[in-house]
Amino acid sequence: MIDFALTKEQLLQQELFRKFAETEIKPLSRDMDEAEEYSMELVQKMQKAGFFGIPYSRDYGGAGADVLTYTLCMEEVSKVDASTGITISVHTSLCCACINEFGSEEQKQKYLRPLVSGEKIGCYSLTEPNAGTDASGVQTEATKDGDYYILNGSKVFTTNSGFADTFVVFALTDKTLGPKGMSAFIVERGTEGLSVGRNIPRCGIRAASNCEVAIQNVRVHKSQMLGREGQGYKIAMTALGGGRIGIGAQAVGIAQGAINETMKYVKERKQFGKRISQFQNTQFKLAEMQTKVDAARLMVWRAARAKDLHQNYAPLAAMCKLYASEVANDVTRECVQLFGGYGYSREYPVERAFRDAKITEIYEGTSEAMKMIISGAMKVK
Amino acid sequence: MEIVVCIKQVPDTTEVKLDPKTNTLIRDGVPSIINPDDKAALEAALELKEKVGGNVTVVCMGPPQADVALREALAMGCDNAVLLSDRNFGGSDTYATAHILAAGLRHIGYDIVFAGRQAIDGDTAQVGPQLAEQLKIPQVSYATGIQVEGNTVTVKRQIEDRYYLMQTQTPCLITVLSEFGKPRYMTVGGIVDAYQKEITVLGFEDLKDKLVPEHIGLKGSPTNVRQSFAKQAKGTGTVLNVSPDEAVKAIMEKLIEKHVI
Amino acid sequence: MGKNIFVYVEQRDGTLQRVGLELIGEAKRLAQSLDAQVVGVLMGSDVEPLGQTLIQHGADEVLVVDEPLLKEYTTEPYTKALTQIIKNYEPEIFLFGATSQGRDLAPRVAGRVHTGLTADCTGLEIDEESKLLLMTRPAFGGNLMATIVCKDYRPQMATVRPGIMVALPKDPARTGSVTRVPVAFSPEDQNVKIVEMHKETRKIVDITEAKILVSGGRGIGGPEGFQLLRRVADELGGEISSSRVCVENGWIESERQVGQTGKTVRPNLYLACGISGQIQHLAGMEESDLIIAINKNETAPIFGVADLGIVGDLNVILPKLVDALKAYKAQKANEVG
Repeated sequence: MIDFALTKEQLLQQELFRKFAETEIKPLSRDMDEAEEYSMELVQKMQKAGFFGIPYSRDYGGAGADVLTYTLCMEEVSKVDASTGITISVHTSLCCACINEFGSEEQKQKYLRPLVSGEKIGCYSLTEPNAGTDASGVQTEATKDGDYYILNGSKVFTTNSGFADTFVVFALTDKTLGPKGMSAFIVERGTEGLSVGRNIPRCGIRAASNCEVAIQNVRVHKSQMLGREGQGYKIAMTALGGGRIGIGAQAVGIAQGAINETMKYVKERKQFGKRISQFQNTQFKLAEMQTKVDAARLMVWRAARAKDLHQNYAPLAAMCKLYASEVANDVTRECVQLFGGYGYSREYPVERAFRDAKITEIYEGTSEAMKMIISGAMKVK
Repeated sequence: MEIVVCIKQVPDTTEVKLDPKTNTLIRDGVPSIINPDDKAALEAALELKEKVGGNVTVVCMGPPQADVALREALAMGCDNAVLLSDRNFGGSDTYATAHILAAGLRHIGYDIVFAGRQAIDGDTAQVGPQLAEQLKIPQVSYATGIQVEGNTVTVKRQIEDRYYLMQTQTPCLITVLSEFGKPRYMTVGGIVDAYQKEITVLGFEDLKDKLVPEHIGLKGSPTNVRQSFAKQAKGTGTVLNVSPDEAVKAIMEKLIEKHVI
Repeated sequence: MGKNIFVYVEQRDGTLQRVGLELIGEAKRLAQSLDAQVVGVLMGSDVEPLGQTLIQHGADEVLVVDEPLLKEYTTEPYTKALTQIIKNYEPEIFLFGATSQGRDLAPRVAGRVHTGLTADCTGLEIDEESKLLLMTRPAFGGNLMATIVCKDYRPQMATVRPGIMVALPKDPARTGSVTRVPVAFSPEDQNVKIVEMHKETRKIVDITEAKILVSGGRGIGGPEGFQLLRRVADELGGEISSSRVCVENGWIESERQVGQTGKTVRPNLYLACGISGQIQHLAGMEESDLIIAINKNETAPIFGVADLGIVGDLNVILPKLVDALKAYKAQKANEVG
């Protein structure tokens, strides 16, 4: 028999995330969105509470919790602020995951420890102007120079890059091999030639930092290469495969947060002499939305559980991300509709949720990419 | 330094609602939390440990479900947790509760005991002083700050219109106000650790040499609840369109009637 | 003096705390059902002259422990003195004000003499049959009232919330004995020492903690409107808060905003001035114990949740209210003096 209930420990973790999100994040989320800037004070508070090393071993200073707990965090913070979700997610399941899974013991002690123990923030630099879903289009080069590599190229939409300390950068060590010529490097902020540009103006998750990163003659010692030469594409894809579980949880959070706000509103708002919660349309809409969100959440938990058990989680992660991101978009659109004009105003958080939801269908693999992965696993071809 | 914090698990009274039809309390679905003042006491104890070192033990009297309150305290950073739980302890008033807590504390050992000023379900503020009395140690209530040097404890005591700096020696008991400071959050790793620790459960058999059996539980409580009833629901208000002087008179009457002034 | 009702009357810096006189008034009422005397108990240094005031407010007799050691309140010497009084005089009932001092002292005393104590009572009655003291108090954050009895132990002790009971008017013609009770203190009784004392007026910036809120909306007209509200708040010992529009207009800081996008408050008094009462605002304050609203527009939704609504100009009413509050305070001060 299958048990869908969380353990007592997971429930207490959920309570921590919920309380923290309500008390510390929610009061800031609207202002951060308007300012298009994330609060560093908030980052520090979350580091102190252990939010930046959840599924990593105590041996490296992580919290030692499981991937499922990490999804609980992603959902709770994204309920009130999706930008917080992506900030934690890119650090945890992209940057740290690359080092944790492919780094040497020495690299883990040097780079992973400060990241998961809450001293440093990480980012993951793969996407380029000409390399989105097709990551084989990466043009950034790494030329060998003795014990060093010289990196040149430019990246775009690098989440957290505005304030991250540690960058995982993907570059071609052999241009002739395509994706098989890609390698991954750990580059620290402040390295000469690494410069972070403007925060790219966006529709949603506006508080997050998604900048252009220019790489000009950046000298990196060979000890900063993750795995082997040519292993970069595999490293990038493996991290994204796990990262999608977090994005699924983020999408569930955005949707659930919007439902929660809508529930409050429909019980207060009166039209035609009745609270709008008394209209059957409202009741049925909310019932449909909650059903979808619960289904999406269960898919997220299933993928997380599979990762915790070291099972083949990648197709499950793709499915949960595909479904949850669609649900987030459907639900937030309907929530705005139930709010009516106020839902379209920036005064209420459903408008922000509506804007934030869209990106979950795009980043860490578009919905179309997810369908490629899922149909591939199904061996449709 | 052996630092002990007494906490209580309480229903979150801000979530308690009245059933408008039956005029009774709706207790279903009301979350249980660590009493807010007790959380400030935990913060005081953990800050003290950070300054002077030692060991923080959190103690809670309650049913087995109070386990989660103790886990939360561990996840905030307490070293050990003790649950005082026994059928014989049930129905205790403040005197009997203090009697049982005193037995538990004698069993554990202590230099400084912290407690919250008062619990949000009972609002009595009595257990702290009564516990100090049972242990025959000095108390300082309403603390908003504390410093310890050697055996000397200096406490900032905040009351209605002034504050005092009070000095006493260990062992002593301090009751803490929420104004002491914002309690720290649990940490994710702290929760993982909290569930790997053992919680010591002490029952009547463990403590019977340290207490008077006739002074605990419902029978050992000097006070008893004769009846409880929900507060009368609010009636609809009045709206007056009168001269300013009459309006002020009406406001003053209302303020006096409702004991606001 | 067995079977009598004792009232501990707190003094601070030689000034009687009003709640003590309220309790004498209440004790006097209860004493009729018990055929008992009301005994006031005073403690401090050079406080004996205050004894007559207690008599004039209704006490039949006053006991005074007057020692230099008792100048400032500390727990142990006061506990020792009261314990001795209870042992010697065996009161039936002993009442305290539920002030910080009463709530520090009474539990310690109840613990020492081993009797029951009921905290923060809002109602006291004598049961006709059993002659027991019925002590009624709020619990569960005020959602529930409970009536408590103490059957087998004496005295029956209670702390009573200030401002609930009614003090008797001063009667200069009343006479009664004021008796000094000697208590032998030892140096060990001073186990807590006062190192410093600072009087202050506490500033509460967290409006969710404030017991009284004077709140302004669009109708106050501008930032200067809050100065008037501040005067009212100062007289009431409260804080000022705001609706969203004032915050958005920059009239006041955002941490004082009440409502769905601000804070949810539940004070004892919410005085809404020039606030129309949009649902988003009401969601943040409708749980307040007492809501009084002043607004020019008699159809303002705020009147729907107000216990008392005043249709009128707040710029006229509020200054008059400040004067009325001042006059009330002065009158009360005279009664105590």
